[in-house]
Amino acid sequence: MKRVYVNEEWCLGCHLCEYNCAFANSGMQDMALALKGKPIYPRIHIEEGEKISYAVSCRHCEDPICVRSCIAGAISKEGGVVKIDRDKCVSCFTCILVCPYGALAPGEDGVMQKCELCLQNSCGEPACVKGCPNRAIVYEERGEEA
Amino acid sequence: MRRYVIIGNGISAVNCIEGIRSVDAEGRITVISGEKHPAYCRPLISYLLEDRTDQKRMQYRDPGFYDRMGCEMLYGRKAVRIDKEDKKVELYDGTLQPYDVLCVAAGSHPFVPRLNGLDAVEKKFSFTTLDDALALEQAVDKDSKVLIVGAGMIGLKCAECLAERVSEITVCDLADHVLPTFLDFECASYVQKRLEEHGISFALGDSVEHFGKDPSSGKNEAVLKSGTVLPFDVLVLAIGARANASLVKDIGGAGERGIAVDECMRTSIQDIYAAGDCTESTDVSCGDRKLLSNLPNAAMQGYVAGVNMAGGSAVFDKAIMMNSISFFGLHSMTAGTYTGELFEEKTDTSVKRLYTENDLLKGFVLIGTSDRAGIYTSMIRNRTPLSSVDFEMMKKAATTAAFSAGARERMFGGTV
Repeated sequence: MKRVYVNEEWCLGCHLCEYNCAFANSGMQDMALALKGKPIYPRIHIEEGEKISYAVSCRHCEDPICVRSCIAGAISKEGGVVKIDRDKCVSCFTCILVCPYGALAPGEDGVMQKCELCLQNSCGEPACVKGCPNRAIVYEERGEEA
Repeated sequence: MRRYVIIGNGISAVNCIEGIRSVDAEGRITVISGEKHPAYCRPLISYLLEDRTDQKRMQYRDPGFYDRMGCEMLYGRKAVRIDKEDKKVELYDGTLQPYDVLCVAAGSHPFVPRLNGLDAVEKKFSFTTLDDALALEQAVDKDSKVLIVGAGMIGLKCAECLAERVSEITVCDLADHVLPTFLDFECASYVQKRLEEHGISFALGDSVEHFGKDPSSGKNEAVLKSGTVLPFDVLVLAIGARANASLVKDIGGAGERGIAVDECMRTSIQDIYAAGDCTESTDVSCGDRKLLSNLPNAAMQGYVAGVNMAGGSAVFDKAIMMNSISFFGLHSMTAGTYTGELFEEKTDTSVKRLYTENDLLKGFVLIGTSDRAGIYTSMIRNRTPLSSVDFEMMKKAATTAAFSAGARERMFGGTV
């Protein structure tokens, strides 16, 4: 299955992926209208160390601990993609408590959201990958689960 | 064709079904469910009374789940005895369910102490099941005075969800602070303050001496050890839970407070597995054997039990106590064991505590600050050596950037 991977040596730390993610999931047509002057709630974020930066989004783990840990039965894995039913989520943050990658965070409404690979939004493929100026984020197959 | 029987129909039972079916598509699965409902999310009963969910959304799985999994459901039935020689489960109605492999996922029940005068209190409730919540909803109105005995998670979530529905709420606990299982006095004060801001009163460091009636008004009252008298209309008992371990312990199964299981979820009895709140297992953060009742553990144990019951191979050896809970928007997270050296960072609205010992992160408390806490949790569960990460960086914020380049490559460079 194709997943999002990062090449940290190529990441500029420009945060464009965060903006492209927030826009792709905004449901709006105009990026400036969607994002300008507002706090953004992307499903990908840049981690920065002293000399490194890289983007982190859901790993779509083979045995996702968030799926088993969700107290609302709101997170599931379908066709390899870990998805959240935001209608069921009660914002208890248990998924934040367990995700080893720090890949889940609440959206503007306080309800949890996560990367679902842009498969359900207007982008249709990961917007973070499409918009990365340095190909530091890629969408590809690397080893398949059984 | 293998015959699987599961006693219980909660979180661990559902995950056990999924574990079995990940290995064996054919075997016959029979589920003995004490409650008459399909599995639902018990921790959501307080959200139900706040209208933040409803009975449909709080279902743990979709309506087609049991059919798709090929389960025979025995709703409203209770297992009373296991015959380990003949490998049969006897139900309350006398019928027998033969099994090849059994999983006991019987959960826990609320502990109700003997309290003088309790029998005469008409409106008294526990707060652990859907039926409890629906009955409590019927019993309260905007004029109700509610007394909640127990300032643990269940008592406080009950208080939170009733805050807008009733006139007064008082929470009483023998401990001198709220959430005594997870928090010390100082950390608990943040949570208590938030609850008090929403009109909830506390009688802490005190306990009920007896229940009686006010002679003039005829109203219920609780007389506390301190002499304080608390009038009330509705009583909620949320003192604690006891593991439903007797089915296995009655037939010689090992265990102290729960059913002892190993990392494959095997009990000490051949072909009997157990999972969830009825079990005791090893806490990887300290090595002690204990009850590790929380929903994530129940789910992971159930799944591992199911895989192994069906002849597959799975282990769950990373259980710790962990908890994430919110009250009126204030989130508290705790994990592991609070031993060793303490790093603390406090503000007026938040606390971060990290406990380290022998080159390991042992536990943490995070109140009002929760970003990426799972990175800390995974360090406890995986026993990540602190010397392998930039822990000074990690103290400021949970970040995978503090891991070594090799560790980051394993985390982000391939399938995990």
